[in-house]
Amino acid sequence: MAGDLDVVRLRDAVVLSNGFPLLSGVDLDIPSGSLNVVTGANGAGKTSLLRLLAGLVALSTGTGTVAGIDLIEGDQRQLRRRVGWLGHEGSFYNDLSVRENLVFAARALERPTSDIESVVERVGLAHRVDTTTKKLSAGQRRRLGLAWLLLRRPELWLLDEPYASLDDSGRTFFDDLLGDVVAGGATVVVSAHDPLRSSALRPRTILLAGGRVVRDSA
Amino acid sequence: MIRVALLVAAKDLRIELRSRVLLWQVVPFGVMALLLSGLALGPDHAGNSSAGPGLFYLVTLFVALLMINRSQAIEGTPGTKASIATLGLDPAGVFLGKSLALAVELWVTGLVLLGGAVLVLHTALHGALVALPSILVTLGAMSAAGTLYGAITAGGDGSATLLPVLTLPAFAPLLIAGERSFSSALHGGALWEWWVILAVALAAYLAVGILLYGVLEES
Repeated sequence: MAGDLDVVRLRDAVVLSNGFPLLSGVDLDIPSGSLNVVTGANGAGKTSLLRLLAGLVALSTGTGTVAGIDLIEGDQRQLRRRVGWLGHEGSFYNDLSVRENLVFAARALERPTSDIESVVERVGLAHRVDTTTKKLSAGQRRRLGLAWLLLRRPELWLLDEPYASLDDSGRTFFDDLLGDVVAGGATVVVSAHDPLRSSALRPRTILLAGGRVVRDSA
Repeated sequence: MIRVALLVAAKDLRIELRSRVLLWQVVPFGVMALLLSGLALGPDHAGNSSAGPGLFYLVTLFVALLMINRSQAIEGTPGTKASIATLGLDPAGVFLGKSLALAVELWVTGLVLLGGAVLVLHTALHGALVALPSILVTLGAMSAAGTLYGAITAGGDGSATLLPVLTLPAFAPLLIAGERSFSSALHGGALWEWWVILAVALAAYLAVGILLYGVLEES
């Protein structure tokens, strides 16, 4: 039964791309302040689900709301401002420095730029803050992605395979930070091939196959 | 809208300054193309030829196509596009910002090429200065139209080759009006009429872009 505090509510959600179903009837409720891991084989629909929740792809049939905004009739731009997206392809302006990327994001969202120093300190990038993004390692780019999200403080974090390219310490750092984010009241949805390492986090695990939810630990 | 436009324009210009593609690749390409045009005319005919304004705008067209592709490539990777989309920026502001940044880049390149036309094609300096306002308006209109058409082709298969096919019909009236205005400045003739046509074209492309850029981005 869906609760009033659900950040995500999907009913028979179908997403088509050129007639091909990326999601083929997803029913899902995600409560506020929860940590959720979406797993599944390649092509199962993990990224498509996250992109749907971010308002980056349209719902073809079915119904859904994210952060109270209807996925069909709601203001998609407003929805996007309320979610934070970290893709696995790299998400920044390569010719700008870490600081310049964060200043751009802060100003775009009319957030104070004074938070940048503490955020880069938090993600361990203080020593690379004036480095051009294209010179960062893959793991450091992930940390910049986290800094971007910490600066934005979205109510729904959507992280598409954030563990790719991370070493052991990076994964542990990531898990710890996600724990803090959830403890702060935000909702996190992570797509990953592997379960989270930290046993303390105890995330809900949603298994996708063929664009459907086939197992849910909730 | 204006706040977003200035933010986006500053970001695009900063990226261009950092990458130096304009300085080390596009401007040299334009100067070489102009030099080859002068060589094609020959030393005896360059100064007397009425082809100077047309050659100037032809080279500017090549340069503009390169710059439009560059401008769209800034947000070209899927990850960057998604991240920026989740900032929920006003699309009209994004359009104006990208057009402004592209216009500044084209103005800088245009000034260099105009200097090149004076030196290589022996275009009269006084006439070039008289033509300068119309050149700036023409390049501004090309920036607005280019940003609009760049959004249509961005991310598609063969976007680099599709862009010229789509933009040339849109650029044609601008290039004709710009060339006629430049020629009138050099050799006498109607000047204000062409300036008015260019100003109306600039306003029209800006209006269409403000209205449609969001739809084009979504599609």
